Amino acid sequence: MADPHVADPRATGARAAHPRAGIRIEGLRKRYGTGDTAVDALRHVDLEVAAGEVVGLIGPSGSGKSTLLKCLGAVIEPSAGRMTLDERVIYDDAWKIRDLRALRRDSIGFVFQAPYLIPFLDATDNVALLPMLAGRPNGESRERAREMLRALDVEHRAAAMPSQLSGGEQQRIAIARALVNRPPVILADEPTAPLDSERALAVIRILHEMARQYRTAVIVVTHDEKVIPTFRRIYQIRDGRTHEQVGEGRAFR
Amino acid sequence: MISLAGRDVLQSWGKFVFTGIGLGLLIGATLTMAGVYRGMVDDARVLLGSSGTDLWVVQLNTLGPYAEASSLYDDTWRGIASMPGVARAANVTYQTMQVRGGGRDVRSMVVGVVSGGPGEPGQPGHLVAGRHLTRGHYEAVADVATGFRLGDTIGIRRNDYTIVGLTRRMVSSSGDPMIFIPLKDAQQAQFLKDNDAIVRQRRRTAENPAFDLPGAPGVLDAVLASQSINPYVNAVLAQLAPGHAAEDVAAQIRRWKRLQVYTQSQMEEILIGKLIATSARQIGLFLVILAIVSAAIVAFIIYTLTVAKIREIAVLKLIGTKNGTISSMILQQALGLGVIGILVGKIAATLWAPVFPRNVVLDTGDAARALVAVLVLCVLASAVAIRAALRIDPAEAVGG
Repeated sequence: MADPHVADPRATGARAAHPRAGIRIEGLRKRYGTGDTAVDALRHVDLEVAAGEVVGLIGPSGSGKSTLLKCLGAVIEPSAGRMTLDERVIYDDAWKIRDLRALRRDSIGFVFQAPYLIPFLDATDNVALLPMLAGRPNGESRERAREMLRALDVEHRAAAMPSQLSGGEQQRIAIARALVNRPPVILADEPTAPLDSERALAVIRILHEMARQYRTAVIVVTHDEKVIPTFRRIYQIRDGRTHEQVGEGRAFR
Repeated sequence: MISLAGRDVLQSWGKFVFTGIGLGLLIGATLTMAGVYRGMVDDARVLLGSSGTDLWVVQLNTLGPYAEASSLYDDTWRGIASMPGVARAANVTYQTMQVRGGGRDVRSMVVGVVSGGPGEPGQPGHLVAGRHLTRGHYEAVADVATGFRLGDTIGIRRNDYTIVGLTRRMVSSSGDPMIFIPLKDAQQAQFLKDNDAIVRQRRRTAENPAFDLPGAPGVLDAVLASQSINPYVNAVLAQLAPGHAAEDVAAQIRRWKRLQVYTQSQMEEILIGKLIATSARQIGLFLVILAIVSAAIVAFIIYTLTVAKIREIAVLKLIGTKNGTISSMILQQALGLGVIGILVGKIAATLWAPVFPRNVVLDTGDAARALVAVLVLCVLASAVAIRAALRIDPAEAVGG
């Protein structure tokens, strides 16, 4: 049965799916500080998410989830290891990419616990901002933004300011923003935390649909017991190490 | 690219505009202070220009008559008038006092001039109503700033005067409006004591054995008579004959009359460079303080607006916004505040300047300089906020 919250991909004008390799992480380590006071936040992380796949990342507080997310998001520099994005090595014991800002802008989508929309931009411009930052013309950027809003079934709220949107609508706009530059990977940090069960599942469903539609690898950090069963694969992180588990992959009803 | 600064301002325009208005009122006060100084300079120039005078002859080694007390015998003008190059010369007195009229006191500078028509040295150049002084006693020409009207009766010391003419922009360096009265009346007003004092002075003189000589009975009467008149004036104003240079004629008077002589440019230097120099320094200090306060306000407001957007800025940085774009957003807002401030300040100063008791001259050049200064201050003030914004770690947008 078609998901009422997700528009037909053909109607969005999304570009044809192309082969993508997703993200691969091997032996990633992150150490804070030096000497006796050094703390190993990540000891050995192996993780692989294929294009179009959504995986869960779970673990207790202090286990290193946020550190891993920051390393994946090119916000902090790992101490060692290797990261590959769409078969492009971006980190191999050192950054292989000179412009991390452009990497974040073009290749990584972020969805946060709170939507963190820019409060002084309407829904369309919140989404269009990313292509504009990438140097695309305003008109084209807004067209892409509207396309994403249509895909996420919030096109009717295109002119609304964030303060006029419900929590669920804001989160969809945030997902649209994360997707608008067609990044190969999306990092979602507790995206369902502030939402009730129905809306939480709707957001996860959208992420699954968008991952399939745009061949995007999606990593969802979550504590939410309601959404964990929806993942086919789950990475549990304990003491800075990842342990892969097979999830239920429960279908949406 | 979207104007992030513009959108942010539109979103919270109330806060922005009211801050701009507050800043504008401060800038308005700054422009007004500058206008007060300009007004003082302007008044000084008008005072010199409208007196119809080329040379001010005053007591030797004084800066009189405006900056220092000066005293000359009232027949000095005859010798000066006969000097080569002098077309006309006339006595003048100046005294600041309270002038009664219409049931109130008006602080005024009373100027004693020789009665005559326009063009006489010391006479006000232009009248806005009535006529010049033509009689020798008991009539006056007042500046409109005194509030007196034609036909009003005013009291100066023990005599009453009728206002026969009104002039405009004739004020002293202190900003007191001028009242012109006949010279003899002005000399008397400077000198005249009350009756009791006159009686006591006569008695004291009569008791003096040096004046009560048996062989010379007229000495005491002569001395008493000399004490009853005031043969002094404060300055002699002279007009040059065509073809004569002011400095040449002044040099001749200095040499032969042994008096101090100032040309128009020298008197202007005394009025502006010396007499209002302290006021100018005070105003300058106020301008510096107001500039610092304005900069502090802009810095505080921009910093507050920026700090309130820490999370948004972190998100912007995380999604790839360049530091330059974020700095530009903050800078544009600071400059926007400055522009609003200047506009409001200029309008406010224009509206309230006429209410000031002193002449306030709002110079367009001052407004342009203020605009540049405010924009520079805004740039400097935004530096703190920009620094804070650039120090925001994009990792703050990511949980944990």
